[in-house]
Amino acid sequence: MANIEEIRTRVRLGEFEVTNGHTTDFPGSYSGYDDAWNQVKFEKKFHIDVIRLTDRDLEFDMVGIDCAIANAFRRILLSEVPTMAVDKVFIYNNTSIIQDEVLAHRLGLIPIKVDPRLFEYRTADDTEGTPEDTVVLELKVRCKKNPNATKDTTDPDVLYVNHKVTTNNIKWLSQGNQAALFKDGIHPADEDVLIAKLRPGQEIDIKMHCVKGIGKDHAKFSPVATASYRLLPEITLTQPVEGALAEQLKQCFAPGVIEIDNIDGVLCVVSVDSAVCCRCAVGCVCVLRARVAAARKDTCSREVLRHDTIKDCVKLTRVRDHFIFSVESTGALPPDVLVTEAIKVLQAKCRRVLQELEDVDSDDQ
Amino acid sequence: MTATVDSKTRQVEIAPTDNCEDETCKTFVLHNEDHTLGNALRYMIMKNPQVDLCGYSVPHPSEKKINLRIQTRGTSATDVLKQGLSELTTVCDHILTTFETSVVYYKEMNPSSESKEHPEPMDT
Repeated sequence: MANIEEIRTRVRLGEFEVTNGHTTDFPGSYSGYDDAWNQVKFEKKFHIDVIRLTDRDLEFDMVGIDCAIANAFRRILLSEVPTMAVDKVFIYNNTSIIQDEVLAHRLGLIPIKVDPRLFEYRTADDTEGTPEDTVVLELKVRCKKNPNATKDTTDPDVLYVNHKVTTNNIKWLSQGNQAALFKDGIHPADEDVLIAKLRPGQEIDIKMHCVKGIGKDHAKFSPVATASYRLLPEITLTQPVEGALAEQLKQCFAPGVIEIDNIDGVLCVVSVDSAVCCRCAVGCVCVLRARVAAARKDTCSREVLRHDTIKDCVKLTRVRDHFIFSVESTGALPPDVLVTEAIKVLQAKCRRVLQELEDVDSDDQ
Repeated sequence: MTATVDSKTRQVEIAPTDNCEDETCKTFVLHNEDHTLGNALRYMIMKNPQVDLCGYSVPHPSEKKINLRIQTRGTSATDVLKQGLSELTTVCDHILTTFETSVVYYKEMNPSSESKEHPEPMDT
């Protein structure tokens, strides 16, 4: 029975293979288990813990859900949560050494800090754009010689004015009532992203149209730098690991995963401390025992299974329904908003198909 | 329901089979969907004890559609699909409220963390 429970809830990491990788808790798979979907049971078990949240990063644990659904959120975060990005570039002048098309591509990839929920999608045949679906940005920079530069200097920062074109040079041109809606203005998410370098006499004069889009169409619309999850690692010591083996075990894992305790509680005669031991073989009688201190920090490298002396002392598993999500926003929206939007996108997908099925039903009647 | 529905106007159609009258076995073609909905939906439908088999495939990576096959032990496959979809919607609802509660709780516990420009790298 214990073994069945493990097959259902853990992914086992073996020396050469991963076993129990698939979800098997479907009705009919196991006798004695009620695996039919039960919303009440799900709500009882399911919980989310936010570990870290900053304006760009989010780490949270999602516990009690199947990977099919967790993976849907990850996929949606990467490719289906909309953002605004530069899509049309009108080049009035570009005498820099960067070719027009390369420059346009670079501009497209710059994250713009503006809430895409306040905009509509622009229709494919629309070339002008309206204030409801387009943000207009301008990049107008001309490089000059610095007349005050000393004669012997070779530093381009001193020799030239405006020789670095960065996201700071991008100015927002408010359309319609946008100025009232966006009191703080619209800017690229990051300052000082280098776009091009100029030399005296060179000029870039560009207008850009930012439109709403999704990562599926072009990666520039992806709202995340990364969105990934890993399963919670679990390390079980099947027998006590002591002495030199304990030290060897500790070395096999990332720092902090395994700690070594001096279990007899007697002062170590050499280091004169009951918690730590000198670990010199000579004159020390302490009993050192390994303990799993923080399995979460494990990288799941399976290094330990390469050592014949200790590989039978440990069991490496991962908790099947414990997802450690990591979401890193590009800056358009805070990461927590991205996750809520992703959940709403999956909901919208379900509703759309459901609506379709019901429409077909009513058409037939 | 007709065997084929115009794919231009419909996002969902039923793949034509030899035995169109059999309501318990159907292949649904979901247009403009991929593994995202396919796998999540397959899981929810497999959780239904009435279902004998549920699987999906992406027939070609550059065609934006999936085939979702449902075979049941007697109930209508369409009803099973509808149930799966509405259950998945309810699950999303719960996840959304749980997530929002957790974020609010975190922000209450860590009032300053929100505005931290360069967070200290976490010890991993």
